[in-house]
Amino acid sequence: MSSDEALKKLYEIAEDIYEQLARGEIPKMQLAARHKGNIVFDNSLGVWKYGNSKITRSAKKLDGGYMILRTLYIMEFIKEMIKNNKSSTLREMYYISEGWGLAKFHSQDESNKLAEDLEVITGYMREDFKLRPEEDGASIIGNITIEEINRKGKPMRINCRDDVGDSGYLIPYNVEKDKLRFIDVDADFVIGIETGGMFDRLVENGFDEKARAILVHIKGQPARSTRRLLKRMNEELGLPVVIFTDGDPWSFRIFASIAYGAIKTAHISEYLATPTAEFVGITASDILNYDLPTDKLNDRDIAALEAELKDPRFNTPFWHEEIRLMLDIKKKAEQQALAKYGLDYVTETYLPEKLTELGVMR
Amino acid sequence: MGIAHEMAKKQREISVAEFFEKNRHILGFDSLTKSLVVSVKEAVDNALDACEEARILPEIYVEIQQVGKDEYRMIVEDNGPGIVRKNIPLVFGKLLYGSRFHAMRQSRGQQGIGISAVVLYGQLSSGKPARIISKIKEDEVAYEVLLTINTKKNEPKIIKEEPIIWDREQGTRVEVVMRARYTRGKQSVYEYLQQTAIVNPHAQITFVEPDGKKTVFKRVTQELPPPVREIKPHPHGIELGEFINMARSTKTYRLTSFLTTEFSRVSPKIAEKICKLAYLYGDMRPQELSLSEAKRILDAFSKVKLMAPPTDCLSPIGETLIKKGLKNVLGSLRPGFYAQPITREPKVYGGNPFIVEAGMVYGGELPKDQPVRILRFANRVPLLYQQGADVITKAISNIDWRRYGLEQRGGEGIPVGPAVILVHVASTRVPFTSEAKEAIAEVPEIREEIELALKALGRQLKMYRVKKERKKKLSEKFFIVSKILPEIARKSAEIVEKPVPRLEPVISKIMNVIWIDEEITGRDGYVDIRVRIANFTEKPQKFTLYADYPLGNIVETDGSIEDDYIKWEIVIDPVSYQYHSFTLSEASGYTETNYYIDGINPSKVIGAEPLPGDWRIKIDFVESIDEESEDVEENEEYTEDEVIDDEQ
Repeated sequence: MSSDEALKKLYEIAEDIYEQLARGEIPKMQLAARHKGNIVFDNSLGVWKYGNSKITRSAKKLDGGYMILRTLYIMEFIKEMIKNNKSSTLREMYYISEGWGLAKFHSQDESNKLAEDLEVITGYMREDFKLRPEEDGASIIGNITIEEINRKGKPMRINCRDDVGDSGYLIPYNVEKDKLRFIDVDADFVIGIETGGMFDRLVENGFDEKARAILVHIKGQPARSTRRLLKRMNEELGLPVVIFTDGDPWSFRIFASIAYGAIKTAHISEYLATPTAEFVGITASDILNYDLPTDKLNDRDIAALEAELKDPRFNTPFWHEEIRLMLDIKKKAEQQALAKYGLDYVTETYLPEKLTELGVMR
Repeated sequence: MGIAHEMAKKQREISVAEFFEKNRHILGFDSLTKSLVVSVKEAVDNALDACEEARILPEIYVEIQQVGKDEYRMIVEDNGPGIVRKNIPLVFGKLLYGSRFHAMRQSRGQQGIGISAVVLYGQLSSGKPARIISKIKEDEVAYEVLLTINTKKNEPKIIKEEPIIWDREQGTRVEVVMRARYTRGKQSVYEYLQQTAIVNPHAQITFVEPDGKKTVFKRVTQELPPPVREIKPHPHGIELGEFINMARSTKTYRLTSFLTTEFSRVSPKIAEKICKLAYLYGDMRPQELSLSEAKRILDAFSKVKLMAPPTDCLSPIGETLIKKGLKNVLGSLRPGFYAQPITREPKVYGGNPFIVEAGMVYGGELPKDQPVRILRFANRVPLLYQQGADVITKAISNIDWRRYGLEQRGGEGIPVGPAVILVHVASTRVPFTSEAKEAIAEVPEIREEIELALKALGRQLKMYRVKKERKKKLSEKFFIVSKILPEIARKSAEIVEKPVPRLEPVISKIMNVIWIDEEITGRDGYVDIRVRIANFTEKPQKFTLYADYPLGNIVETDGSIEDDYIKWEIVIDPVSYQYHSFTLSEASGYTETNYYIDGINPSKVIGAEPLPGDWRIKIDFVESIDEESEDVEENEEYTEDEVIDDEQ
C-alpha cells in the first residue's frame, strides 16, 4: 500500500535528521525550489516538472528549525492515522497541531505548505499521507456513468446526466481508481468551464446532449481532484479535453495549470496535467473577432501578462501572440460577454465554430 | 545687518509704515500663520538674550489668545532683568533701536528685525497698541506702558504710562494684538518653541495655546551657557557698508589707529602696510574716507596676511546638553538610539569664526516611511522656513545615507527613515541666504564642517544598527539552540528509538559566541541580579567580566568588589553555562547593568562591551563573525579605514 511506503519514506527523513545530529552536524532538509525559474519540460511525460535547483532548510534558521520539528510531529501523526485507518483534512491537521507544543502551526497556510513540501521531498502525494483538502465541489454533467465507493464501502453507480440534479455530479476529493471507476460513456469530448454562470448556461441550453459533450465546472483555479479527473477521462476514455474560460491573464493560468502543470504542484504534474487539452477561448483575438464587450486591463493584469511572457509554460507562438495582442489592445472580456448576441449564441455559434476549428466537433 | 542700514537709509525718505508694507515678506510677515510665528520668535529671542546677558536662568511664558476671527493676542513674559522705564518706549516703539549693531558676537538678536517690528505689525493690522509691563529689581513697582509707533517719524507714541503693582521680582511682559492665524504642526509656534527648548536646555518654557492647552518644556540643566564675548570685526569678514559706517562713527583720529583699535588681528605694522597698499596716509582722519578710498582699503585687506580671528568667543551648546535637550523634548517618542552629539572645533570663514554641532536620534515611534526630520539652528535659534535653501539641508542631501542604514533614493536627497537630525551653526556672523534670515547660505567651509559632523553621526548609526541586527539574529539562534534543537533531538530519538544525541557540537556550530545576559529580581529597594554566561563556542574560554551598576549599593556578590564595579575572572568550558550574582540595596527602579569584558575578542561576546579603554577593538566587532555571510543584508564593507578617513 502506498501509505506504508510513504510512511517509510517519512521515517527515513527522521532517521536522517537523527543521524545528522548524532554526527554533530546542523540538521537540514533539501527540496526542490518551487518557483517559476525552476520548472522544466519533461519530454517523456509531456508535462512541466521541477528542475534541479534545490533549497536547503537548515535548523540554523528559525524557519528551517520549525520545519524539521514539525515534520517529525507530522510523521508521528500520520503513523497513528494509518494504524487506525483514519484520514484528516488539512484543516484538521492544523487544529491537531495545537497539541504539538513548539511545533504548533500558526496559520493554516503554514500547514498546507508543509504538506506540499513533504510531497516534494518524499515524492508521495498527500493522499498517501491520509491528508485531504476541504471539499471543493467541482461538478460534472454529461452522459458518463461512474462507479464510486461510498462511505459504507459499497460501490454506487451514477449516470452524470440522468441520476443528478441541476448542479451535476460533485467530484470527491479522492478520484483514484480504488475510489472511482468509469463504467460507460457516450460523448465526443470533455469541456471544462471556468465560471458557474457559463456552466449553467450550457446546461440550460442542453449543450451536453446537442454537442455530445461532458460539461465540467472547474470553478476557477481547479482543485487537484478536478485536474486529476480531467486527466483520467482524457487518458482512459480517450476523450479530448477543451477548456473554456474568461479572456484575461488569470484564466490563461487556469488553462496552463490544467494542460501544462501548476508551478505549486509541479512535483506531481504527471498525475494532474492533461498535455493534450486545448484552449477554446476567450482569447484576445476572440475579443476582436467577435467584437465583445470588454473591461480595461488594470496594472495587476498587465503585470500578470508580462510575467506570463517570461513563464516557460507559455513559451509557444500561440500564447506569445495572444498575450502580446492583449497587452496591445489593453482589454479583457468575460465568457458571458458572448450574451451580447443572445443567450443561444454561445452554444449555437461560438462554441461550434471554435470546436469545429479544433476538430473536436464535426 | 544689511537690512538695518537699508532701512535706516530709507527711513529718511519714506515713512516706516510704508516701508513695512513694501517689505513685509522680507521681514517675515508674509502670511497670517507666519506673522504669528515670527512675532513669537522675536519676543522669545529677546527674552532669552536678556536673561542670558544678565546671567539669569530663563523662565519664559508664552500665551496665544484668540480675540476675534483671524485676530490673536500674543503674550510673552520673561524673568529677565527688566527694562528701565525711560528705555521702554525706545525698545518697543522705535524701529532698529538696540545695542547690537556693530557688535560682533554670537547672539540670537543678530537675526530678525526686532520686537518693534512686531509692535508695528500689530498696530498696522489690528489698530491696537502694544502693552508692555516691565520691572527692574531695584524698583518697587513695575511700569505699564501702552504705545504705538508714529510711523511718520519712527518714534514711539505713548498712550498710557503708569506704575503698577506686579507680583514679579523682575521681568518683562509684552502683549501685542495682531491679525494672525494659529496652527499646529509644521512651522508653527509650537514647533518653534519645542525646537527652542531643545537647544536651550537651561530655559524653562511654558506655552499656553488658544484652546487653553498648556505645555511646559522643562529646564534640564541649571547651567547657563558661558557669556559670549564680543570681538572686533576681522578685516576679512567686513563689508563695504559696514566699514564706512564704522569709519564714520569711530572716535579715533588717525586711519592707522582706527584700523588697529577697531579690528581684530591688525597690528600697527599691518595697519601701515594696509595704508600703503591702499595708497593712503596713515594719519588721515578715518571719518573723511571717500567711497573709493574705503574700497581701496577693503581691497588692501584682502592682500595682507592676517591671523585668523579668535574663536573662543563662540559658545557651542555642547555634546552633553544637546543630548539632554533632545531627550527632554523627543523622549516621549522613545527613540531607540541617541547618537553621541558632535561638536566640531571652531573654524573660520571669511574672517568670521563659526562652530558646527550636530546630533541625531533614531527609532522608536518616529515615522519610518517619511523623510527624516531636520532641525536647523543658527545661534540657538530654530530655523523653520526655507529648508530647501539651507546649507544644512544641502549637506544632508549630499551624503549617501544608505551606507549608514537610511533609505535614500539614488544616494542623494533627504533620506527616509525614523530619524531626527539636528544641526546647529554658531557664529559671530551667520551667513544667511537672504534678509529674511531663514536659511544659512552655502559657504564651503561651513558645509564641509556640517558634512564631517553628519558623517560622524552616520557612523554611529551604522554601528548601532549592525549591533542591533546581530543581537536580533543571535537571540533567534538562542531560541533555536535552547528550545527547538533539543525538541528535534528528543522527537527524532523517540521515532528512531535511540538515545537522545549530544547537542553541544551542533550548538557551538550554530551560535559560536559567548552570550551574557541577566535576570533581575527584587523588592523593597533590594535587587538581586543573576548573570548568566553561556559559552556557545567549541573551545574553553577565559576572560574578565566587569559589571557596572548604574545605581544602588553593593550588598553581596560572588565576584570581587572594585571601586564602583564588580569583577569576575571567568573560566568556562565549551557549550556550558555559568551563573554569577550580586545583590544591591537602594536600587528600586533598577533596569539594566552595563557589562564589560577584557582579555577576549569582543566580537565573540554578545551582551557585554569591551572595556572602554579598548575602544579601538570595537571596530573589528563590526566585521561579521557570522559565517552566514549570505544573510548579511548590507554587503558594504565597513572597515577601519572608513572609520577614520573623513576625520582630519
